[in-house]
Amino acid sequence: MKAKIHVTLKQGILDPQGKAIEHALDSLGFKQAANVRVGKYMELDLQEQDKAKAEAEVKSMCEKLLANTIIEEYRYELQS
Amino acid sequence: MNIGVVVFPGSNCDHDCRHVFHDVLGQDVTMIWHKETSLAGLDAVILPGGFSFGDYLRTGAIARFSPVMQAVKRYAAEGGMVLGICNGFQILLEAGLLPGAMLRNKSLHFICRETYVKVENAATPFTSACRSGQVLKIPIAHADGNYYTDPVTLAGLQANAQVVFRYCTADGHVIPEACPNGSLDNIAGIRNAEGNVLGMMPHPERCAEAMLGNEDGRLVLASMVEGLKNAKRSEAVV
Repeated sequence: MKAKIHVTLKQGILDPQGKAIEHALDSLGFKQAANVRVGKYMELDLQEQDKAKAEAEVKSMCEKLLANTIIEEYRYELQS
Repeated sequence: MNIGVVVFPGSNCDHDCRHVFHDVLGQDVTMIWHKETSLAGLDAVILPGGFSFGDYLRTGAIARFSPVMQAVKRYAAEGGMVLGICNGFQILLEAGLLPGAMLRNKSLHFICRETYVKVENAATPFTSACRSGQVLKIPIAHADGNYYTDPVTLAGLQANAQVVFRYCTADGHVIPEACPNGSLDNIAGIRNAEGNVLGMMPHPERCAEAMLGNEDGRLVLASMVEGLKNAKRSEAVV
């Protein structure tokens, strides 16, 4: 099973990289681009075949290491 | 005193700390590799600056799982004195020994320059040689020093005098313009509720001797040594 994990700063927390990209897009003429948020994408393979167990495992990984839940939120997809 | 300096892969201020405690302040120093599991016999532990584990994932996020960090947690829980400088502060945050987290600097730049910090609490074992409100000139060198915590935790830090250093102007005004990195409430250093763990982004070990033109950082490190000596003396009396 493959897990695809996205980690981004929580809404309401200043994202300086997102702001810089937003300004760059604006100066390139992409005037509509707003609220740019930068995040991390990770994928990993799991031996686990049971989806519920795999999900619990990935959630635990996110809580313990992959995201800092003081400032970040995460979401994931599982693919068999 | 025997001061332990922890060395993670990628630490680069470990020998500066060793130099100041040993050569300038005349203390014994033990370098502690991050695989160590015991801190027995140490009077204080320093988590130095640098780029532990290449700052991969988040600053301090990997280092917090080094075996030595379990020992640092026990050491701190038993009241041992722990100072985290720069990356060491980031590791203390990731390890949950201090509250909050670091965001990328507001400017997105890696900032390496002198800053002024105000001693907001001189009644700590890390600042006892300072006057309350004293302005210290201490350099910073980081890309992720933009301190963040939730409003409830911040209020707690303020109410318990856990904010030890704030960025300020040369004459001691704590204003947003004096904050180099966007840090919440101009926070440059905080301690835990018990008072034995301090994290600070500025580098006191880089300005602790006259030869370098600035001795302000010495006040912080010498406070620790004096505090430890006094504690030993009162133990001996008891």
